[in-house]
Amino acid sequence: MEYFNIGYLDTLSYKDTFVHRLDPRIKILVSFIFILFVVSFPKYEIAGLMPFFIYPVFLLTAGDIPLRAIAKKVLFISPFALFIGIFNPLLDTDVILTPFGISVTGGWISFFSIIVKFILTVSTALLLIAVTSFLGICEGLERLKFPRLLVIQLLFLYRYLFVLLEEALRILRAREARSFGKRGKEIKTFIRLISILLMRTVERAERIYQAMLSRGFRGEIRVLKRHSLRPRDILFALLSVMIFYVLRNYDIVSFIGETLRRSFS
Amino acid sequence: MSHHIVELKDVHFLYPDGMEALKGISFKIFHGESVGIAGANGAGKTTLLLNLSAHLIPTKGEISIGEVPLSKKTGQEVRKKVGFVFQRPDDQLFMPTVYEDVAFGPINLGLSQEKVDERVRDALEMVGCLQLSNRPPHRLSEGQKRAVTIATVMAMKPDILVMDEPASSLDPRSRRQLINLLKGFKHTKIIASHDLDLILDVCERCIIIQGGKIVADGLSEEILLNEKLLEENNLELPLSRQHSPSFLQS
Amino acid sequence: MHMADALLSPTVGGALWAGTLGTIIYCARKLKEKMDEKMIPLMGVLGAFIFAGQMINFTIPGTGSSGHIGGGMLLAILLGPYAAFLVIASVLMVQALFFADGGLLALGANIWNLGIYPCFIAYPLIYRTIVRQKMSHRKITIATILSVVIGLQLGALSVVLETKMSGITELPFSTFLLLMQPIHLAIGLIEGFVTAGIVIYVKTLRPDIVDDLEGVKALSSGGSLKKVLVVMAVLAVITGGAFSWFASTHPDGLEWSIEKIYGKPEIPEKENPIKENLSKLQGKTALLPDYSLPSKGKEEANPSWPAVDPGTSLSGLIGGIMVLVLIVIFGIAVKYMRKYKEKT
Repeated sequence: MEYFNIGYLDTLSYKDTFVHRLDPRIKILVSFIFILFVVSFPKYEIAGLMPFFIYPVFLLTAGDIPLRAIAKKVLFISPFALFIGIFNPLLDTDVILTPFGISVTGGWISFFSIIVKFILTVSTALLLIAVTSFLGICEGLERLKFPRLLVIQLLFLYRYLFVLLEEALRILRAREARSFGKRGKEIKTFIRLISILLMRTVERAERIYQAMLSRGFRGEIRVLKRHSLRPRDILFALLSVMIFYVLRNYDIVSFIGETLRRSFS
Repeated sequence: MSHHIVELKDVHFLYPDGMEALKGISFKIFHGESVGIAGANGAGKTTLLLNLSAHLIPTKGEISIGEVPLSKKTGQEVRKKVGFVFQRPDDQLFMPTVYEDVAFGPINLGLSQEKVDERVRDALEMVGCLQLSNRPPHRLSEGQKRAVTIATVMAMKPDILVMDEPASSLDPRSRRQLINLLKGFKHTKIIASHDLDLILDVCERCIIIQGGKIVADGLSEEILLNEKLLEENNLELPLSRQHSPSFLQS
Repeated sequence: MHMADALLSPTVGGALWAGTLGTIIYCARKLKEKMDEKMIPLMGVLGAFIFAGQMINFTIPGTGSSGHIGGGMLLAILLGPYAAFLVIASVLMVQALFFADGGLLALGANIWNLGIYPCFIAYPLIYRTIVRQKMSHRKITIATILSVVIGLQLGALSVVLETKMSGITELPFSTFLLLMQPIHLAIGLIEGFVTAGIVIYVKTLRPDIVDDLEGVKALSSGGSLKKVLVVMAVLAVITGGAFSWFASTHPDGLEWSIEKIYGKPEIPEKENPIKENLSKLQGKTALLPDYSLPSKGKEEANPSWPAVDPGTSLSGLIGGIMVLVLIVIFGIAVKYMRKYKEKT
């Protein structure tokens, strides 16, 4: 199941849109800065976080990424944050707000704040890979001066990820075909199956090494094309960070709210 | 007569665990020849190929490639002349994109960027995969992977092409394309395969190996149609030459 | 368990990223000095193996629920600490990107939590100490289980510390600890048992593979780990000791020194999270362990900008909804603009 998930996001990442064409370094940095801004909000902030949806929404729409795919994944991983966050309403019981006569405790507010932050940060991480492609991210990391060995490691992992997932899938199916119900999922069987996968993997590494040798490998691998920064990349970066800064430090939300209230009263 | 390019003299190979896979193999292959290597599983085909491409060194006997005797020292040099296409393309395509996989060899040969580019383009064109340059290997079909694997080897401009089961797990169309491709290569070819029809099609000469020894060496047309010989060595007539089963005959 | 962005503060997240990056650079450098060529494809496919291996699940005896391997300790045993750390980092990075496991900021913390302890504490100090040249089955089992358990306990402890220091959750330190540690003890025992099982099984079936791996490991930056560890341990003790002394006896001194170092915050935060979090931590460590502070005092609801209580005013509510509506419209507009551009 997860196999198909990766495959899907991977496929999306090879589209050709404005955001896909942006320099990967920029996308990585801007997304990371975005997350920093988002988590820098204090515990009880909800409204101020709202304008920040503009970034993931932009990536989603300009990058032609289906909303459903992202939403499903965000939902899927929410349990952990929910589990930790739910303690807030249970423990923090001082009432802060009473809108329309309903008393809302600080705990619930901080809980929803966590939820909103969660949605913002997680969707951005998913969208980053969806509009950048794994190869793009690796190139971005290399240009950002991450150690080459790590980048090569990432590329190899990615290259053989699908191959190994398929092998694991085959092993799983073989197990299914011969165990009816619970039998077969015991630890003993598991150890055997995983060991087999491990041994096959090590043998494969040996074959790959032979293939590398047969094409002259002597310890160095040179990878990855060079992208150079274009004006639009820099513009995108500057604009985004400025917007984040303004949204974080100026209370646009209340301003809008106030204006609306005044115009209707 | 053209000079020979591959010569094996009484080659033995003993694996560390005690199994003797090659028990005295001798033959000569001449420049431009196409030789098929057939034999049952475990007969020693793959071991022979690994020895030919300097991944293993014979425990006894001698191999010379283009007059250069094989040894640990000359191994690197020899590998430049022998293009080995492994059985499983996934093991041979380890770079992020097709272009980079094909460029891997030329880059290691120390060629300039332009030369590398040229080699890559020519090799990909040769196998009809130029349009796949920017694809990551995991997005290729089996047939495409095979073709690209051949390109990775061709880009190094080897004298000899050694292939291990080139057509296994290919669909009929890809297999046919591969056969046509191979027929078009003027290189010396050594092809180990279970696909006797492929050997019949592509190789004018055929060597049968059984238990680490050569049991037959001659024209494919003669050897591969010798039913008795084939059956003695756990093989069968190529499918295209088999008579229809008797129960179909009225 | 994985950390999530939403539970982290920028400073805690940033600090852990710094630690992780530093370690990654250190490992890469060590390996560059001395590494068997074979390591490169081996590391790569083993990373893919861990990933794929996590897809195969087994039933945990006694509970009926299913579990899967983590793999950190297994990697350390197979590849040695430096290579293993890089592989763990790579696996977590792929998971963070494709599954958003945690998030990009939390990634630094996750790599730290799941990588540092198995590779640089459990493996050298526990595993290697017990398993020397003679790798008897019993020794391997004991060493592995112990290593995995301790590695996971430290990792779980780190998660608790990181969450508390970020100050987003209300969970009291002790309760959180009580939740995390026992669970991870159980997980550790099982994973340790499974890991040992794998090592032994492979050793039995294919001793040549194990020998081969040991050879690769030995050829790749062996030795001198002890020195690093001693230095790390000493540093940790010094800073920890100094820190807690400061916190308990000089609360003002701590704030004073923080302000001096920090200066005017340039990162756009209206309040100083370090100050707030440190004072909270200080509060907790100064009191009895099972006494949890009143979860919210007036000082914690620091207004983030003038005159408005964060997210609590009606204007905020209306404004928030309005902003969302505007963003949705924005999104639709972008979509149509893109479709239009594609047509032309």
